[in-house]
Amino acid sequence: MMPLNLAQFEYLAHGALWTVGLSLIAFVGGSVLGFIVALGRISTNRLIRLAAATWIQIIQGTPLLVLLFLLYFGIAILGFDKLPAIISAGAALTVYSSAFLAEIWRGCLQSVPKTQWEAADCLGLNRFQRMFQVILPQALKIATPPTVGFLVQIIKNTSLASVIGFIELAQAGKVVNNAIFEPLPIFLIVACFYFAMCFPLSMWSRSLERKLHVGSR
Amino acid sequence: MSAVVSLRDVHKSFGAVEVLKGVTFDVGPGEVTAVIGASGSGKSTALRCVNALETINSGEITVCGHKIHDPALDRRALRRDVGIVFQSYNLFPHLTVEQNIMLAPRSVKKLSKSDARALAHEVLEKVGLADKAESYPEQLSGGQAQRVAIARSLAMKPKLMLFDEVTSALDPQLTGEVLRVMEDLARGGMSMVLVTHEMAFARRVANKVVFMHKGKVQEEGPGAMLENPQSQELRAFLSNGL
Ligand SMILES: Nc1ncnc2c1ncn2[C@@H]1O[C@H](COP(=O)(O)OP(=O)(O)OP(=O)(O)O)[C@@H](O)[C@H]1O
Ligand SMILES: [Mg+2]
Repeated sequence: MMPLNLAQFEYLAHGALWTVGLSLIAFVGGSVLGFIVALGRISTNRLIRLAAATWIQIIQGTPLLVLLFLLYFGIAILGFDKLPAIISAGAALTVYSSAFLAEIWRGCLQSVPKTQWEAADCLGLNRFQRMFQVILPQALKIATPPTVGFLVQIIKNTSLASVIGFIELAQAGKVVNNAIFEPLPIFLIVACFYFAMCFPLSMWSRSLERKLHVGSR
Repeated sequence: MSAVVSLRDVHKSFGAVEVLKGVTFDVGPGEVTAVIGASGSGKSTALRCVNALETINSGEITVCGHKIHDPALDRRALRRDVGIVFQSYNLFPHLTVEQNIMLAPRSVKKLSKSDARALAHEVLEKVGLADKAESYPEQLSGGQAQRVAIARSLAMKPKLMLFDEVTSALDPQLTGEVLRVMEDLARGGMSMVLVTHEMAFARRVANKVVFMHKGKVQEEGPGAMLENPQSQELRAFLSNGL
């Protein structure tokens, strides 16, 4: 006997869609910002390196929950109240992801041997060409498994956005539970939704990792 | 005719350690200069300074008319004139042999794809690897990889080629094929500086041998110098069998 009616189930599914949407925003925004920060981390300019490192340290040292509150109330104090929660949540998750992705990618960029930079330099390639034609293609291969792995973390972390009133999957579960108080089936369904999103990614990440190991004898 | 490479009293330190203590030598056009010396004597450092991969502390280096010691050095122009090959090949592992060779002509010289491909095949022919165009670096033997690295440099049509112990990482039976390619280049009139431990090769191919000892040029002369060393240091170096 199903304790939820169709409308309630749809409400959860709707929440799941918002989770996907917020994850995408966080991943795309975090990737763009994170890539810039990663480049900053390996810049030849000390000040830029320091600025990028500081960004990473501060963001990694701040709980996502606090970032969410900061951006939500911070933006309101600046006079932009009534901004949809998705904007604050998207911004907070973008900032959060940027620091972690930057650090993952910095490691991948730096794991390409220095001699590759040098060889490209000696052939006359400029910095931009060295980066995009020689280093990045090699780093990308190394970066894919941990990046996909982090995507799974982002999806799960979107649930924290409920604290600023954003109705994503976890919050939708809470709302439905407040109405009918059937926590077990409700949150089992919620868990299934999360699992359906994360599991394929985890599998993908693992298979990428296996391929990488075979490929790099 | 003026020298292709000229070093004048070059000093170079890493931190507090002075590695080059006033190095002076010249390489004439079309000449092959072999730089020999014990491990740690500064051979690689000197070669890297010639290609502006290290900044020198004092002295002067002129390469194909470019003043390396000048802070206003046009590195791009220098790169067009000088090719370098390292001990560890440094091929790009994500690109095929052909793509490795085509990359710089296409990106730097803006050659069309078909011109770059024709050029790649021309230089591969020269090093005897025309059949490896589609291979990836990991599918090559060390000797083949090193010949591809040489071909990749040649595709930029440099006026000067630098070689840093390009056969030292190879099994003895593979060094011959690489040395043959270098000898062909030398006979073709390429100006070359090569750091090497191959004494027989230096004697046969080099117009000039430069013996470095503790950051200085201890002795220099024609290949025959190796049969009749003047300094105690060179005699000791040669008799140590290295
Ligand atoms: N980037 C660096 N930083 C610090 N010290 C260095 C660096 N490169 C070289 N050295 C030092 O400079 C000295 C000369 O090194 P170099 O590589 O020029 O010698 P080499 O004659 O090429 O020796 P080998 O035959 O072993 O290649 C060595 O003592 C080395 O440890
Ligand atoms: Mg050396």
